[in-house]
Amino acid sequence: MSKEMTGAEMVVEALKDQGVEIIFGYPGGAVLPIYDVLFHQDKVQHILVRHEQGAAHAAEGYARSSGKVGVLLVTSGPGATNTVTGLTDALMDSIPVVCITGQVPTHLIGSDAFQECDTVGITRHCTKHNYLVKNIADLPRVLHEAFYVASSGRPGPVVVDIPKDVQFARGVYAPPRSAAHKTYHPKLDADLETIQQAVRMMAAAKRPIFYTGGGVINSGPAASTLLRELVGLTGFPITSTLMGLGAYPGSGKNWLGMLGMHGTWEANHAMHDCDLMIAVGARFDDRITGRLDAFSPGSKKIHIDIDRSSINKNVKVDLAIVGDCAHVLETMVRLWRAEAMSAEKQPLDPWWAEIEEWRAKKSLAFRNSETAIKPQYAVQRLYALTKDRDVYITTEVGQHQMWAAQHYHFEEPNRWMTSGGLGTMGYGLPAAIGAQLAHPGSLVIDIAGEASILMCIQEMSTAIQYRLPVKIFILNNEYMGMVRQWQELLHGGRYSHSYSEALPDFVKLAEAFGAKGIRCSDPASLDAAIKEMIDYDGPVIFDCVVDKVENCFPMIPSGKAHNDMLLADLSDDAGIELGAVIDEKGKMLV
Amino acid sequence: MNAPASPPSPYAAATTNSKVESHTLSVLVDNEPGVLARVVGLFSGRGYNIESLTVAEVAHAEHLSRITILTSGAPETIEQIHHQLERLVPVHQVTDLTVSKRSLERELAMVKVKGRGEHRTFALQLAEAFRARIVDATTESFIFELTGKPHKIDEFVDLMRPIGLVEVSRTGVAAIARGPEPI
Repeated sequence: MSKEMTGAEMVVEALKDQGVEIIFGYPGGAVLPIYDVLFHQDKVQHILVRHEQGAAHAAEGYARSSGKVGVLLVTSGPGATNTVTGLTDALMDSIPVVCITGQVPTHLIGSDAFQECDTVGITRHCTKHNYLVKNIADLPRVLHEAFYVASSGRPGPVVVDIPKDVQFARGVYAPPRSAAHKTYHPKLDADLETIQQAVRMMAAAKRPIFYTGGGVINSGPAASTLLRELVGLTGFPITSTLMGLGAYPGSGKNWLGMLGMHGTWEANHAMHDCDLMIAVGARFDDRITGRLDAFSPGSKKIHIDIDRSSINKNVKVDLAIVGDCAHVLETMVRLWRAEAMSAEKQPLDPWWAEIEEWRAKKSLAFRNSETAIKPQYAVQRLYALTKDRDVYITTEVGQHQMWAAQHYHFEEPNRWMTSGGLGTMGYGLPAAIGAQLAHPGSLVIDIAGEASILMCIQEMSTAIQYRLPVKIFILNNEYMGMVRQWQELLHGGRYSHSYSEALPDFVKLAEAFGAKGIRCSDPASLDAAIKEMIDYDGPVIFDCVVDKVENCFPMIPSGKAHNDMLLADLSDDAGIELGAVIDEKGKMLV
Repeated sequence: MNAPASPPSPYAAATTNSKVESHTLSVLVDNEPGVLARVVGLFSGRGYNIESLTVAEVAHAEHLSRITILTSGAPETIEQIHHQLERLVPVHQVTDLTVSKRSLERELAMVKVKGRGEHRTFALQLAEAFRARIVDATTESFIFELTGKPHKIDEFVDLMRPIGLVEVSRTGVAAIARGPEPI
């Protein structure tokens, strides 16, 4: 059904046709025609953010918690440049986002017009793909293509830059067509023979491990279900990256906890000593592998990934399976069931016995205190008091993020939203807003640090305006804790500019925004304070005053191997002497 | 455009021992605005080398351009470049012509040489040996045009240097597969 309309109308029409219910945005000169169309309709709800970075992260939070494409609408120039951090974040974490930007009219492009910037040039490196639409005839196709490219294959952000004259121009709108794209054909199904080979390798393994990542979440809920089934059938242990938490339940009996730089002793040692690693939708990031030449030296490696370029990028693997996790896992489950009778499956008891020994280290243990709230304890209590609810967790970036990953446990996918690849401070609050809009009745908590939260604090106004009862749980240690921990490790404890000087009073800050503020510094009253936060019908800033000098363990120092971890020293107050553990080579790393 | 050898990253300790190879990649793309920037940006953004790059439209009606890139790197880096290029949305096809070993590679160069007397004679003799054509001449200079593999042009330019080389302009490599089949 083709009809004639303006470019601005096409944008909104395309959003409707793509099933978009909510967009995040901020108006400005170059998008006014689109805002005018939004004014005349109520199918697409517009959420006014307070900064375009917030719009991008909110779209990410919306997308990650719902599995749908997140959409934002911003103006030209600063509107577009302010989205760059969020777009890069979405690119690194493979989050489907469509960002529509206004542009100065085509005849002014290149003249350094007011609020002009080269949006497609600037965002070329931080998007999966981008478009500048100079001709109204291309607009409907490009809009639908943007959604297809953002959400298919390995998902990612897509920018559509629309000059103002194209928004006013009239043309013929066409709804989405299912015609194949000219060049872009993501491969979903993997080669059956390769999967058969993988299953044979799995049946022969004596010390296997599943290493799963965000790709399982991105693939959709079916992938998580199939992963659980396969883990159950094989009895293999499983660990996951920060991005993949929730794909396998945190309470599952084969769960080893997260791996990597702040992963558990058992997960990292099992990775190091395994004889078969099955990587599913994970990309062997440096935070995972540690020292590459000492990474799991004795294992065969199978890598399932939808992105061919992820394979052999950092770690050379023995068997590559290019395809969508759900497709591949489904075939694996089927083959495993069919061949389970005849296959000479190896007994895994000795392997599990070894893992149990590593587990007995209790690497996440910490020395609790009766006088100060330990940050780990705060997350544990938050978990205990919210786990039976319908809860979504976002985080900022830093120590609090790692403590959240270690001590909050996820039973379902899409419940955990954190900036993994880019490590963007300021992500958590807008992402929580996005998640809350996708799940209006659910409890959404941003586990934050006092430094990170100030990076997008303006979005409190958004939460108030749309009555979004997000809870911000700040682990306030008055330091950029992870920076301080690294300065302790690498720079002789010289805390250069990592002290959170001149902090606001977070309770008053909450009240100034029209939210509720709660402060707690006493472990004995923590439970009651958390309950008060949960029970409050509206946004809350919870200033949880925690032990100032606690460090995040376990830790693989940079440049070290998986079996070269630091554990928290539980024996005395002095803690670990961190200054001596990293060599010169390691200091060069990030 | 050759980046100096950078110190190996400790994270990359497992993969830096391999020998550096030169490869010719043929990339068929949609001829749309920005497509060259995407390809070149991929190389600069990820720290890959470009030794030469040639681009032109090859099928007007279909809006297709062919980008031929001469690049160098360890075999695993070349593999990465190949798959990273395939990931770009407007890319139809990436072929590593060095791996297929059935390709023809040609480059065109124009070489300006200045000199009098004996130098002019030397230049003309060498040009004949290399099958270079004279496309411009004055009493004290020649411009030679020659076509060939990049190393043939390198040789010619090296020989002209002591004779009176002024400057060189090269097209970069264009490549195609031998035999009846397309790339």
